[in-house]
Amino acid sequence: MIHGILGIWNYWIVIILMMTGLFIVISRHNLVKKMVGLTIFQTSVFLFYISLGKVQGGTAPILTGYKDSLYSNPLPHVLILTAIVVGVATTALGLALILRIKSEYGTIEENEIAKLNTEENSK
Amino acid sequence: MISYTNFIYLALLPPLLAPIFIFIFKNNQNLRDSVGLIGSLISFYATINITNDIMNGGSPTLYLFNIFSDLSLSFKVTPLGAVFGLLCSGLWILAAIYSIGYMRGNNEKNQTRFYIFYSLSIFGALCVAWSSNLLVLFIFYEFLTFATYPLVVHKETEESIKASRLYLGILVGSSLMLFLPAIIWVWYSVGTLNFVDGGILNNTFNPAYAPILLFLFVFGIGKAALMPLHWWLPAAMVAPTPVSALLHAVAVVKAGVFSILMVICYIFGPEFMNTSGSGKFLIWASTITLFLSSVIAIRKNDIKARLAYSTVSQLSYIILGGAIATNYSLIASVSNIMMHGVGKITLFFCAGAIYVSTKITKITDLNGIGHKMPLTFIAFSIGALSIIGIPPLGGSWSKFYLLLGAAQSELTIIIIILAISTLLNTYYLLDPVFRAFFMDKNESVKSVKHPLTVYPALCSAFLVILLFFYIDPLLQLVNLIIY
Amino acid sequence: MIDLIAIENHLPALQVVIPLLLAPFAILVSLPFLSWLVALFGSLFCLYSSVSLFFHVSEFGKINYFMGGWLPPYGIEYVIDDASSFMIVLISLMGVFATIFAYQSLKKEINKKSQSKVYGMWLLALGGLLGLVTTGDAFNLFVFLEISSLSSVTLVALGSKNDKRALTAAFNYLLIGAVGATFYVIGVGLLYSVTGTLNIADLTIKISELTGNNSVKAGISFIIIGLMVKAAIFPLHIWLPSAYTFAPSAVAVLLTATATKAALYVLARILFTLLFNADDFTVIILQWVLLPASIVAIFFGTIRAIFEKDIKKLLAFSSLSQIGYITIGLTLGTASGIMASFIHIANHSMMKAALFMGIGAISIQLNKSINVDDLKGLSKSMPVTSISLTVVILSLLGIPLTIGFISKVYLLKAVFSHGNWPILFIIVLTSFLALGYAWQMIENIWMKQPGDTTLTIKDDPKIYIPLVVLAVFNIIFGIYAYPIVNSAFNASAAIFWKAL
Repeated sequence: MIHGILGIWNYWIVIILMMTGLFIVISRHNLVKKMVGLTIFQTSVFLFYISLGKVQGGTAPILTGYKDSLYSNPLPHVLILTAIVVGVATTALGLALILRIKSEYGTIEENEIAKLNTEENSK
Repeated sequence: MISYTNFIYLALLPPLLAPIFIFIFKNNQNLRDSVGLIGSLISFYATINITNDIMNGGSPTLYLFNIFSDLSLSFKVTPLGAVFGLLCSGLWILAAIYSIGYMRGNNEKNQTRFYIFYSLSIFGALCVAWSSNLLVLFIFYEFLTFATYPLVVHKETEESIKASRLYLGILVGSSLMLFLPAIIWVWYSVGTLNFVDGGILNNTFNPAYAPILLFLFVFGIGKAALMPLHWWLPAAMVAPTPVSALLHAVAVVKAGVFSILMVICYIFGPEFMNTSGSGKFLIWASTITLFLSSVIAIRKNDIKARLAYSTVSQLSYIILGGAIATNYSLIASVSNIMMHGVGKITLFFCAGAIYVSTKITKITDLNGIGHKMPLTFIAFSIGALSIIGIPPLGGSWSKFYLLLGAAQSELTIIIIILAISTLLNTYYLLDPVFRAFFMDKNESVKSVKHPLTVYPALCSAFLVILLFFYIDPLLQLVNLIIY
Repeated sequence: MIDLIAIENHLPALQVVIPLLLAPFAILVSLPFLSWLVALFGSLFCLYSSVSLFFHVSEFGKINYFMGGWLPPYGIEYVIDDASSFMIVLISLMGVFATIFAYQSLKKEINKKSQSKVYGMWLLALGGLLGLVTTGDAFNLFVFLEISSLSSVTLVALGSKNDKRALTAAFNYLLIGAVGATFYVIGVGLLYSVTGTLNIADLTIKISELTGNNSVKAGISFIIIGLMVKAAIFPLHIWLPSAYTFAPSAVAVLLTATATKAALYVLARILFTLLFNADDFTVIILQWVLLPASIVAIFFGTIRAIFEKDIKKLLAFSSLSQIGYITIGLTLGTASGIMASFIHIANHSMMKAALFMGIGAISIQLNKSINVDDLKGLSKSMPVTSISLTVVILSLLGIPLTIGFISKVYLLKAVFSHGNWPILFIIVLTSFLALGYAWQMIENIWMKQPGDTTLTIKDDPKIYIPLVVLAVFNIIFGIYAYPIVNSAFNASAAIFWKAL
């Protein structure tokens, strides 16, 4: 039982990271912290894919000439390269937006921004 | 020799194209106002030819194209449609003359817009009359609602905006929430929506659900003003009188009862109506409406409001005839579409003429007016007597056949209620005539003559008398419906 | 010498690649007008390629294009069948309209220095959306999802010249969109872990052999949730109202006509190809997730719209309820339901795009966001815009002779054949309630006396041409509905019958 749970510890870490990230996105008011949360959330998915493709005792998938060499599944790793790029782009765009928000509103706290927005609404 | 398909074009194109010319000539009043008249004459000529063809056993059709894969935008003139088409295009001539007199006499604003939508409404009504399937009927039924909306809201005051909101809300609401689902129900369960002699539901539709379907239809067609959906009609009275005449006699309400009759004759079929027993609730709904609205009409002091409730009551006569669905009652319904149309437009023409020349809207102010406007009130009394159903006026035929139909179906209570309602009719319609001719004069009232508003009323009053003697062609048409 | 026939063969790839390649050009030419021309050229090319693909598909059947010649399931496959060709025609057509409208409106609505850069983002969004609907690879789909949503976030943020709230709207859009996309990736990962394939067609076959597998269920749930975010299905719609409200008008046009529609299409595709074989799990998702969500969306959207004064926001809430109608068609789980959804996807794009254009045309001149009261007396100062807006509002209400009516007829017919009476009642009731928000606009336009500001504005042919054309489309396809209905029928058949 315990072995079964601990045997898939990589997935547990993925889930813990995922929930941590999502929790930060939802609960923090600071926009930068939200971005941090989002990044953690995305990273957990990267880990998930990478551990998915890993074969115990496998090597990097390079042609070595040995016929029976065991190697990990390269496809998830390649996918994650793409996903990392997407993630970086998202983070960059988010941070750029935060910069603009800071210069327009003078704050990056969500509840203060909301207050300023309601003032704008009632104008 | 023009083929009958082309006659349909000839009848439909004038009201559709007239708005363009009206818009072009918007700066030349005389030219602009005559466009409608010319259009109505062309349209009427074509309609008469079409009716002739129907009587000779033809059925003119006009196919345009398919809307979807299996439903076409096409027109097919049924005998019932011919009656309604004749009514619309015929009375359009009178209404066109009358509205020139009324709009000028009253110095109304936005006259160009008025004429544009007036003629579009006629177009909508004619398309409803000659639609070949339920979908086309629905499309132009809604078209008619939206084409008359600018006419109802014409004055653009707070009051008229509110009233037209009610008008639109009830008509669009009922048609979207009940009429459209009913149509799609038929489409789904029968697979076609075409109007076929003898109906399409027989053998294909579960009779147990038929009353529900009929319920959706009759209350979905809000234009028929069955209680409790009648509110829009008195509300629409804020419109100028030519519009009220158009709404009450020609286009809108008649389109409503016409649609109900089309559904009863060509979708349900009289046979299925009787075997499924779906007409029962409708008999009572219409009887209650015709009685209650007569009672309300007595209490109304505004001429147009009283006429409006009178219309609600008369529409229920027509629906009642359809609900009983026997030969005689159907004759009564179809002839009442014509008779009430001509009679009621006379009354509205008179009401408008009184308003234009004296600005009076209340019945109690009419005392002694009859001596200043004798022609108007003679026309008014003829129209009123016809609607009450006194021979030798057209309206007596429809009352006669309706009683015959009710007697044939042994509906004794209905006959009693009809009798009481006729008494009430007599009271509330002859009350203004009595006041005008026999009460003391009110000297302070000044009247200005506007002949263009009086002569159309006289013409239609003459038509009422004529229809009593020339009922044969109409009966011939009606017999084609019942075969 | 370029071989033209060879180019024809590569249209499935080119219609995605060309806009993506043109994007940097649009930025580099750095003259707003030239950039716009590049964008216009890109969108026209997409229109050309999608229309020719559409006719090719309807004549010869579906096209499977193998990117780089690698065969599936290892290579990336682009599938152009009746359904996706329907969508690419819609997206590129609306793209052209939006691009034509964009030049004049963006010139006034965004900062000078971003005026040429915006068209780079514009082309990226367009290319991303076209890729989204044509790709047959689950992970490639994610990439296009992100290309399109990151670029649309940027476009929304550009509205900050007029209103700084565009920035927070864009940030929320980004955050929620990114979480949604990540959910989608998790789902794809879970499916990959049990099937070992990413090709959607291949996935469908492999999943059907794994009935009752929990990884499959979890994976599909993640995917559906992720797509629901992008399609703005209640309650995951929260990014949509403010994004539409504060985005520049042209961007709102583009987003409403293409972005949510593409996501809805992908949702339908996933639901009915991936999911349909996974036993009664489909029924659970359709009946207990999507159906309640769409009913609530319809009511919520309609009622919020009735009480909303800011017209762009009003239209956004109305979009929310219209998306509900689209998803209700999907939840029926029948071919006629999907067909109704496709018809409404196309029709709603046309009417909402036209509405946003009309409102945009006014707000450009008044230089502020438009309230319902600002429409007062518009018929006197902007007759052409007023007439077009009126036509489109009637279409939104589903009045006969407009495309809105066609949608309604088919949706009701689908519900009838399904026999679900409560849904029928809800549809007719809410379509009546829609009068509540739509009619106040018409009353203000035509019946009320103009205020001081409204009198100063006038019609501008450079802005209203796409609007008028769309309004005419609203009528033409409402009377002659055959083209839309027929291609929607083929599209639904492609999705549904393949699923069985």
